[in-house]
Amino acid sequence: MYERREVWREGVGVALATSAYGISFGALAVTSGLDVWQTCVLSVLMFTGGSQFAFVGVLGAGGMAALPSAIASAVLLGVRNLAYGMRMSPIIGSGFWRRSAAAHVTIDESTAVAIAQSSPSLRRLGFWVTGIGVFVGWNLTTLLGALLGDVLGDPKAWGLDAAAAAAFLALLWPRLKQRQAIAVGVAAAVVAASLTPFIMPGLPVLVAAVVAIAVGWFNWFEGEGPAQPTQARGAST
Amino acid sequence: MSLWSAVLLAACACAALKAFGYLIPAHLLEAPRPARISDLLTVALLAALVAVQTLGNGQSVVVDARIPAVLVAAGLLYLRQSFLVVVIAAAAVAALLRLIGWAV
Repeated sequence: MYERREVWREGVGVALATSAYGISFGALAVTSGLDVWQTCVLSVLMFTGGSQFAFVGVLGAGGMAALPSAIASAVLLGVRNLAYGMRMSPIIGSGFWRRSAAAHVTIDESTAVAIAQSSPSLRRLGFWVTGIGVFVGWNLTTLLGALLGDVLGDPKAWGLDAAAAAAFLALLWPRLKQRQAIAVGVAAAVVAASLTPFIMPGLPVLVAAVVAIAVGWFNWFEGEGPAQPTQARGAST
Repeated sequence: MSLWSAVLLAACACAALKAFGYLIPAHLLEAPRPARISDLLTVALLAALVAVQTLGNGQSVVVDARIPAVLVAAGLLYLRQSFLVVVIAAAAVAALLRLIGWAV
């Protein structure tokens, strides 16, 4: 039973750390043009932090005209959850409702805590404690942040535009361990920045994604296989 | 396209991706190429978003208080600080530089 308590502790710790930055998501979302309800729907229904930040980031930069790019950025960032789902599928077991609920809370944190455990039953426990914990906490803090963002006024005076950039950097940071990932990150940043003056806001980010597909397809800069999902520290949801 | 339909479309698509993961047979995961592209796609999108959020202003590239703020954020990440500390520090740096008029 000692092991189960350790898994609980780890899951709850990750859930608390991750939930804390739901506040920054909520505040950024309303200052980018969403209302409080739309912000909360993103956290309940989309429930994957990287995609949520991408959606409001592109919307904030390009306005209504950038909505298609905002959707595409969010969806492309959500592709990794598909890989996590494939990894968790045999661990979760059978039953439609159980698998549906598991799919919805399949994110970086729940997958990372699960696969770090030593036995199937501990993996299941870690997955559910972390997944449900983050879901509850993230949605509560999103609402709190959205209400806070509503009363802040000019987002630039509070440095919220810089906070958005820092949020993406913090989500990116733990993924920059292999040389291939660093090369792709630098190239994508250069491509996106240099295309910004020439095409509609939102599109430079999507063009930069082509860098990843090309490098990944031909395995340039020799990668060593898929990285593990990022863990703890509340790196990304 | 209305804001609501965009929110719902993007949210449902992301939720569907998670569900697909549970429907696809696991042996497809063994193929290194899709797994590698999925990982690198995440890196490229996040890196591009960092660049655009730091330098972009609509369709122009500008140098303002966001650059020192992001440099401070990078330093704190290097020192293994938590997400919340990094984000709040970046906001504080930009807000302070604007308040004292050292940057726009």
